[in-house]
Amino acid sequence: MHSFGYRANALLTLAVTILAIMCAVASFSDTFNSPSPTAEIKVVNIHRFQKLSNGNDEVAMVLNISADLQSLFTWNTKQVFAFVAAEYETHKHVLNQLSLWDTIIQSKEKAKFSVSISNKYRFTDQGSNLRGKEFNLTLHWHVMPKTGKMFADKIVLSGYRLPEQYR
Amino acid sequence: MDWQGQKVAEQWMQIFLLVSAAVAFVTGYVIGSFQLMVLIYAGGVVLTALIIIPNWPWYNRHPLNWLDSSEADKHPKPQPVVNSGNKKKNNKQK
Repeated sequence: MHSFGYRANALLTLAVTILAIMCAVASFSDTFNSPSPTAEIKVVNIHRFQKLSNGNDEVAMVLNISADLQSLFTWNTKQVFAFVAAEYETHKHVLNQLSLWDTIIQSKEKAKFSVSISNKYRFTDQGSNLRGKEFNLTLHWHVMPKTGKMFADKIVLSGYRLPEQYR
Repeated sequence: MDWQGQKVAEQWMQIFLLVSAAVAFVTGYVIGSFQLMVLIYAGGVVLTALIIIPNWPWYNRHPLNWLDSSEADKHPKPQPVVNSGNKKKNNKQK
């Protein structure tokens, strides 16, 4: 501590070390938060269901998505990425996932929402497997903290079925 | 900065940084604002830097008392014995 430069160096080193520890503890404090999010998705209308010229099935639908993800937010949460995926099984693959809609939630106030939207991304099967197909609508979310590791979870909503006929 | 001042400066630096970190963390956690935690800690670091880094007069209250140069003349530095080197050389050759 004998010179100006030595003191400045010592101060900076200790300050940054303590800051790193604070961030680690802040990240650890997230483990005390046990979130209880809820979600409800209604298929309001299937307004297009057709076979494309290349043989793939395509669906266009209007969804009503209500979700309360506020309990995911802690003081260490930067944002939450949420997306709704259609998930179904075909004879070829056990799990087919299609993202229909997504959003980035940047504050706790905006984490409780109810929207009616048509699917943002095309619901197209690689093949012609969708007639009468039962599928799940799953709300996935990825929590992005300010410090620490990201984590993801989901709510699976089942019991949806596509019509037997193209329209 | 004298020896005592350096010791005090280092101790104060550690205490101030740890206290401001604790205050910042608790305040941020209770209010629920990460930004507030960072701002309080940044303020603490700047304040600590102002207290610790400049050579303030209160770090120079214990100056070293050097002996007067006349004392050195009275007690001259002992001179090395001249033939000790030769003895070593002879031993090695044997």
